[in-house]
Amino acid sequence: MKNILALLLIAVLAFLTMTYVVDNNLIPEYGEARLDQTVSGAYVTQSVTEKNNDVSFGRSDNLETGSANAVTSIVLEYRAFDTLGEVTVLFIAALGVSLLLGSSENFAKRPKSGFILKVGSKIILPIVIIVGVYIITHGHLSPGGGFQGGAMIAAALLLMAISDPQFIPSIKQFKLLEGLSGTIFIILGLVGISVSGYFLSNYMDTGIIGTLTSAGIIPILYMFIGLKVGSELISIITDFLREEAECD
Amino acid sequence: MINIAAVVLILLGLYSLLTTQHIIKMIVGLNVFEVGLNLFIITIGYRSNGIVPILTRTNNVQDFVDPLPQAIVLTSIVIGFGLTAVALVVAKKIHKTYGTYLINEIGGKVE
Amino acid sequence: MDLMNYLEIVASLLLIVFGVLIVMSKSIVKTIIYLSALSMIAALAYVLLKAPDVALTEVVIGSGLITFLFLFTYKRQKKVGDQE
Repeated sequence: MKNILALLLIAVLAFLTMTYVVDNNLIPEYGEARLDQTVSGAYVTQSVTEKNNDVSFGRSDNLETGSANAVTSIVLEYRAFDTLGEVTVLFIAALGVSLLLGSSENFAKRPKSGFILKVGSKIILPIVIIVGVYIITHGHLSPGGGFQGGAMIAAALLLMAISDPQFIPSIKQFKLLEGLSGTIFIILGLVGISVSGYFLSNYMDTGIIGTLTSAGIIPILYMFIGLKVGSELISIITDFLREEAECD
Repeated sequence: MINIAAVVLILLGLYSLLTTQHIIKMIVGLNVFEVGLNLFIITIGYRSNGIVPILTRTNNVQDFVDPLPQAIVLTSIVIGFGLTAVALVVAKKIHKTYGTYLINEIGGKVE
Repeated sequence: MDLMNYLEIVASLLLIVFGVLIVMSKSIVKTIIYLSALSMIAALAYVLLKAPDVALTEVVIGSGLITFLFLFTYKRQKKVGDQE
């Protein structure tokens, strides 16, 4: 009975969405997005507050964001408030997991790993950590940024924990690092209020677009976000590896 | 093409969320829903002759695909991870208290 | 152009096939592995839609960390799990 009702509901929803996905007036057709009719046209040519039409690699100087990666300039300059919201949500999730699961001191028994995993992980592990740090620091020049690099560093620690059943990450230092990085991120944003009048403004000189020391404060912010996200994911993983406590 | 597959994934995830008895399969259905939703948001900003929105020496800024949906989906994927982590902790506590993962054996009326 | 169209059609078909496999499967461990494979095919679709930042995030979080969370919740060493 429940199955038939659910099937009916899904059929009605499928009919409605298919007639609206295939042709409508709200969203553009598949493959026909136009940049000059939406707000992204101003984001891409970096001309939100003053009109500016030439953005060329290696020559334009002191643009609004100065970052060659358009997604990074949206995430940390034009829509930086949403990034603050995401950092808050991750913090609350890590807090919730640690409150519910963090009450026992011993770690559960993990199964032994095979030969290929033991030897292969010793070769791959330094490469993963170095690629993670590279992705964090080059967020404004190539695909990447703080979230991607932080998740890769957490995955490196997960590889360490799987391939060696006696490995126990020390969680107190990671929680301290997470709190410190989040606080520094917010303090850097508050300095922006006193310099330019709005939260998380880009108050350093954005150099020539395309060089490593360009884009003002964006690489520094991404470094602290990367540290924070990495340590949060590590502490969630460590809480999952714990034993179950005798609860009441 | 890909937008139709994304809508089909949303509907499949919703069906699995509504009709299964096992709590872990419910959370898997929620994850399938999220994968479909993020795919659909990115197909809104796709251009057929567009290029990756990163400036290099040889490409032109006017040819980019729309970078705004990509920035939104970046946030959404990380929030989906946080949601799955908390949901799995609650499922583990349910299993510890009642001894089973099936929702029609956990106290109360049986259909 | 023909190659990109062909790859898009293959990716959409694979997405739908894995979605149906997840709903119809009876064993929980297989469902979790199919979810990890679906995440990887979605990352391929993101690269075809010219979004490399999103593809990086989806691969690392969807195929690496979420699969570990599911498997470690469901299979514990000293307890008798609910095998379907």
